[in-house]
Amino acid sequence: MNEPIRRLSAVVLLLFLTLMVSASWVQFVKADALGEDPRNVRTLYRQFGSFRGPIIVGGQAIVSSVPIDDPFDYQRTYSNGPLYAPVTGYYSIGPGRSALEATENALLDGSADALFWTRLGELVAGTEQQGASVELTIDPVIQQAAYDALGDRTGAVVAIDPRTGAILAMVSTPSYDPTVLAVHSSSESNSVYQTLLNDPAESLINRAIGGDTYAPGSTFKLIVAAAALEAGYSPDTLIDAPQELDLPLTTATIKNYGGEVCGPTDQVTLLEALRVSCNTAFAQLAMDLGWPAIESAAAGFGWGSELSIPLKVTPSRLPDSPNEPQIAQSGIGQFDVRTTPLQMAMVAAAIGNDGVLMKPYLVDTVRDPDLRVISQTSPEQMSTAMSREAAAALTVMMQSVVDSGTGTAAAIDGISVAGKTGTAETGTDTAPHTWFVSFAPAENPVIAVAVVVENGGDLGNEATGGKVSAPIAKAVIAAAIARAAGTS
Amino acid sequence: MATVLEVSVRVGRRSEAVLLLFACAVALGARAFVDANTGGGIGTPFVVYSAVVVALAIAAHVVVRLRAPAADPVLLPAAFALTGLGLAMIRRIDFAYAESGRSTDFATTQEVWAVVGLVAALLVIGFLKDHRVLRRYTYTAGVLGLLGLLLPLVPGVGREVNGARIWISLFGRSLQPGEFAKIAFVVFFAGYLVSNRDTLALAGPKVLGIRLPRPRDLGPLLIVWAAAVLVQVAQRDLGASLLFFGLFVAMLYVATQRISWVVVGLALFAAGAVLAGTIFAHVASRYDAWLHALDTSVYNSGRSYQLVQGLFGMASGGLFGTGLGNGSPGLVPYAESDFIMASLGEELGLTGFMAILAMYLVVVQRALRTAIGVRDGFGKLIAVGIGFSMALQLFVVVGGVTRVIPLTGLTTPFLAYGGSSMIANWIAIGLLMRISDLSRASATDVVPAGSPRFSAAPSRVPAPEAAASGDAASEDAESAKRSESEAAQ
Repeated sequence: MNEPIRRLSAVVLLLFLTLMVSASWVQFVKADALGEDPRNVRTLYRQFGSFRGPIIVGGQAIVSSVPIDDPFDYQRTYSNGPLYAPVTGYYSIGPGRSALEATENALLDGSADALFWTRLGELVAGTEQQGASVELTIDPVIQQAAYDALGDRTGAVVAIDPRTGAILAMVSTPSYDPTVLAVHSSSESNSVYQTLLNDPAESLINRAIGGDTYAPGSTFKLIVAAAALEAGYSPDTLIDAPQELDLPLTTATIKNYGGEVCGPTDQVTLLEALRVSCNTAFAQLAMDLGWPAIESAAAGFGWGSELSIPLKVTPSRLPDSPNEPQIAQSGIGQFDVRTTPLQMAMVAAAIGNDGVLMKPYLVDTVRDPDLRVISQTSPEQMSTAMSREAAAALTVMMQSVVDSGTGTAAAIDGISVAGKTGTAETGTDTAPHTWFVSFAPAENPVIAVAVVVENGGDLGNEATGGKVSAPIAKAVIAAAIARAAGTS
Repeated sequence: MATVLEVSVRVGRRSEAVLLLFACAVALGARAFVDANTGGGIGTPFVVYSAVVVALAIAAHVVVRLRAPAADPVLLPAAFALTGLGLAMIRRIDFAYAESGRSTDFATTQEVWAVVGLVAALLVIGFLKDHRVLRRYTYTAGVLGLLGLLLPLVPGVGREVNGARIWISLFGRSLQPGEFAKIAFVVFFAGYLVSNRDTLALAGPKVLGIRLPRPRDLGPLLIVWAAAVLVQVAQRDLGASLLFFGLFVAMLYVATQRISWVVVGLALFAAGAVLAGTIFAHVASRYDAWLHALDTSVYNSGRSYQLVQGLFGMASGGLFGTGLGNGSPGLVPYAESDFIMASLGEELGLTGFMAILAMYLVVVQRALRTAIGVRDGFGKLIAVGIGFSMALQLFVVVGGVTRVIPLTGLTTPFLAYGGSSMIANWIAIGLLMRISDLSRASATDVVPAGSPRFSAAPSRVPAPEAAASGDAASEDAESAKRSESEAAQ
């Protein structure tokens, strides 16, 4: 019987070899793929099991990992969660990561290449892997002022330092608290996430940079005005401003807000047209300048650019080869023109910064666990939107808007504020989105602000950019000016 | 091999002592890591545990020296190391469960079973003077095996755990009679086959170039096949069915040397498995959970949850493991029993996993080696049966965990939590050592005077073969002789 026993040993060997191959398959070949499976809680344990770096605003950690006695070892905590949620995002075992928690993940969890030497040191010392701390450009006072000013209304505020592009505030309301998503139960965090996702308030969307883009309304007149100034117009150039503008090719007309006239005659200066936000004048001006001029002016301010700050910004849009009436509509920020509050803040910032557009950014400094600087963002020029002279002229025009035009609600005693209102129609049955785009002090700006409030906020159909959004911008500017005065 | 040193080398009691020392090191080392990493440090419990483990090792060694001085020196240390490793892992899993708020004390219970198992093995070595005695109980063993297999199906006695009806309640404790049935069947098959091998080896019609057995001889195979299918369907336990049927076919093949039995057997099993999968929803569901384990719909239905969690655990272990106490084996349901290998894979890595497989391979190889060495057909078949069933059982359970075959409810010998399995496998080791003692003693002629074993039946052993078996070269000679004798039949 020994011969079959030997053959059987071969079979046994084959069985064991099969097991060894399958074990190698699971533990070696497919190990990475299985490790990345979102259903694999161990990967989360490993992530949560290491000290994740904090996110810092104004010297204070707004997001930090604190030790906790459960399998995850650390709990991600968000102080003042709703205020910063659009910026920080969430870090959750359920829906995963978003915003900076996602884009800066490698730095925060310590796996980034930049932290190689730190990791090596930790390996040698036998200490656990620690993440880097990420310091933001956000100013907590300005952020809070914007959040408070927006209040219960749906909308967004973005504030930029025009000189550097540093984002000083980025608020989106209604917001959510990432704390509720950071619970260490995937079923609970998933159900909270589903609730937030299905909530018509859409609090998970960062309205400042993404989600649905908005029609800029009359704030787009700044781009048309910039195009005109670049084309040789001056603030004093007289342009046509009829009470009602017949659009070519159609029976449609363009009227001014409330059907009013823009001046005593059918012609007004460019400055006057901007001051009173004359629709007919800018519609005609857009047609006169021609689409290429407007496209190029808009592109100079960043229209259509893919931006990551490092959050992904939805690029602003212009219509593709519009016809004459569509150009007229686009000239007053309607039709297919779409933008984000960040883009409009960039417009204001570029005008305020002598026509030079700085690249906006959120992350200032990244430090390793020993507080050594790993990276520091240096301001970067993105483009030249317009000439210094044209920018100066447009600034004067924008000051007139706040001094005596549609944006008087943004005026601050002793400070020259430059601004532009916008009231973007959203449809026949819904209230308009109201805008205010501004920077201050006009002669040497420290802040550029864009405010959008959806569907007129609490004023409904009565809402205009001047009534609803300008006061919000004013509050933000006031906070920034006080801040600048206090620190300088 | 004829050297002056042969006596001490051949018998191997000194090797066994050294290997036992290694086994103790494995058991205590693992336990020390567990205590240090999860159990709040190495303290008095560790010292007590170490003392008991070393005392048991010494006791076992002494008993073997006295009652089975020529037994294979590797079997005991290998089983000892595996048991110790399992105990450490089960203790570690108790801590893992405690972390998630589940209070268990599998380790203490299992420690008791391990001692009972070792004692059972020593009792077999001590009191079973010759394995051939068991041949008298061939049919008793068959009935006991069948009883053990079918008992869980009896209403009121059987219990269904985790979908498989392979348990019975006895004195308030759960028992897996299938584990004992395995040994009973090995004895029964061996007894039956050694008596009927001549008939079963007779040639039948030739189909497609393969000479099939005579149809009238198919009876026993068909009965076992029917029982295996019944087990799969009624107990929802594909593993046991595969194990028993595979065991029978392997022993049948060894007894008759007819590959046709294997062909017929495999064909029958495949047909049965496919049929069961087609007709019975729960079997099909098992297949589905195996083939599409990672599919979202299958996973979310919960059918492949355990399997996938086990795979995640092993994957996270990687090549070198997380280290004992540093992984998360508690995430896998039944991490202490069905999925103990996944738990070990996670914390000891592929390296540890391979080492454990190698230890099993050594045990199985030693069993088959014993089978070749022993001269009586009954002993050969028992040793083959025990060795092959252990290999097949390991293949079924580890293959299930690593997704080679559908997941089943078999236990991992020596490692998994469960008293029945622990005791049954130790008894199997005891039997193997008894058989190997007989074969090696007669081969090496180092039998202490007055040994009771010696009276067993030395006269039955043909003189030429007595000197032959024991090493590779002489085995060839022996097999040549066997071929001659069979050709003469």
